[in-house]
Amino acid sequence: MTDPCASERDGDLVVLGGGPAGLAAAATAAEDGLRVLLLDSTPWLGGPIWRPGPGATPPRVAQRWLARADSAGVTIWPQATAFAACPPDVLHVERGRDVCRVRWKQMILAVGAHELFLPFPGWTLPNVMGAGGLQLLVKSGWPVRGRRVVVAGTGPLLLAVAAYLVRQGAHVSDILEQASWSALAQFASRLAWLAPSKLWQAATLQTRLLRTRYRPGCWPVAAHGADRLDAVTFTDGTRRWTRDCDVLACAFGLVPQLRWPGLLHCRLTPRGVWVDDYQRTSCDRVWAAGEITGLGGVDLALVEGQIAGHAAAGNNLAAARWFARRARLQRFAAQLDRCFQLRTELRFLPTPETVVCRCEDVTWRAIEACSDVRAAKLYTRCGMGSCQGRICQTALQFLQNWSADHVRPPAAPVRVGSLAGADQEHADAERTELP
Amino acid sequence: MTDLTIRVNGRPLRVPTGLTVAAALAMADVPAFRRSVHGQPRSALCGMGICAECRVTIDGLAHQRSCVVLCREAMEVVTDD
Ligand SMILES: Cc1cc2nc3c(=O)[nH]c(=O)nc-3n(C[C@H](O)[C@H](O)[C@H](O)COP(=O)(O)OP(=O)(O)OC[C@H]3O[C@@H](n4cnc5c(N)ncnc54)[C@H](O)[C@@H]3O)c2cc1C
Ligand code: FES
Repeated sequence: MTDPCASERDGDLVVLGGGPAGLAAAATAAEDGLRVLLLDSTPWLGGPIWRPGPGATPPRVAQRWLARADSAGVTIWPQATAFAACPPDVLHVERGRDVCRVRWKQMILAVGAHELFLPFPGWTLPNVMGAGGLQLLVKSGWPVRGRRVVVAGTGPLLLAVAAYLVRQGAHVSDILEQASWSALAQFASRLAWLAPSKLWQAATLQTRLLRTRYRPGCWPVAAHGADRLDAVTFTDGTRRWTRDCDVLACAFGLVPQLRWPGLLHCRLTPRGVWVDDYQRTSCDRVWAAGEITGLGGVDLALVEGQIAGHAAAGNNLAAARWFARRARLQRFAAQLDRCFQLRTELRFLPTPETVVCRCEDVTWRAIEACSDVRAAKLYTRCGMGSCQGRICQTALQFLQNWSADHVRPPAAPVRVGSLAGADQEHADAERTELP
Repeated sequence: MTDLTIRVNGRPLRVPTGLTVAAALAMADVPAFRRSVHGQPRSALCGMGICAECRVTIDGLAHQRSCVVLCREAMEVVTDD
């Protein structure tokens, strides 16, 4: 292992996460005069939404932000995962096979969201995946041409992913939208005045899906197959249908990645990290922007990123110019939330034998016998595996109304070797604080 | 796009550059990337390094999340099956 302290680097501002929010924050703060270091754990910048397909270039808006960050002199580290913090001002970052210590004066958290995965019989079979996840995999070369796909779940991501898959040559037979027709109709009537451009987007999406059945008020109840998926059963609450398919792509919504805010003890709200008007968190010198402050889509992420960037640079006047636009986008997000709320029936999909914790193969029967996340961890090892509970704990928040357990490092998955150095330093720091 | 060659469970596979290991395994039609603790077949779920279901052994290093690793020339990938 390399010496964890071998490489050090200081910056005025460290931005965690190079999605739309992080890129906008970094570029804005650098344009306002700060020395900025931007970290992203993937080899790609721009987050899931701006990831280019194989051989393709990133969308134009992404290129614009990358160019701005570049000409403002932002230092960008791709494939750099921040996984631990040592008070008061050191971050531990895994970069390839190295571990670096980064000293920060100010920090902007923009680590985004991940998909919510809900357990149902057969959901662990190969080729049952997240819809956003499948889209990312296809962008990285996963073949879908000629494959029969069912897309299930809720919200605008369903249509976006289905349209993308059709363009890539997949046969999308059905889109199962768990929200009812009436919820959708209500939403559409409000959408018109809220954001005409979004309505137009939705309409053009639909036209690419002429051969696909769009089924509001339907949801999957079981996936079938021996070593991989070969059919899915879905329902509208009364009838059931079974459809042969090669892939089932599920999009039950997104959840903010709250491990970093949790590690720093930032105050949370039911929507995500609490922030004030200037995107400041409850922690000293820490701002937050994008999906981690509440889901709201790419436009809101960009606006919040710019506010946080300006504010971190002390340019509150410029930050305040974005307040009205942020408020409008937040109203739109709230409407989306209401329309695409998950129905209670989805809580009853797992059977006693359904595996809920995929890392440790813990069944619904074992988990139901527990009173909370702590007990489930203790008695069943639920949430103790490689994903650190990201998949099962977010599912259990929905299924059982259990709140998340508090966060210990690492805040992101890294190699064991990387941890050893950070742990030692953390222990040393704690020791020196003793009287 | 140029091609490169990796080995999947000992067999050579030509892939375009820029592919993730997960995508390469799907191209090679590997159904299960790993076996769960009770031996169930598993493959990619989240596509973004969160779920750890896509873990494989890469160049001798176990438990690598194949959805966030790009293929490199002469890479050795081993799955559980
Ligand atoms: C799988 C998926 C697919 C999506 N597809 C679409 C779509 O097709 N259309 C659409 O409109 N919206 C889509 N979205 C939603 C869209 O990504 C968001 O609305 C928007 O981009 C949010 O931007 P963000 O900057 O807040 O977060 P993100 O774009 O998620 O960016 C967060 C970044 O932080 C990085 N990161 C996380 N943890 C760490 C760490 N510890 N250290 C360093 N870096 C870290 C991540 O790699 C990521 O690049 C998708 C979301 C997901 C999760
Ligand atoms: S598919 Fe989830 S970590 Fe790779």
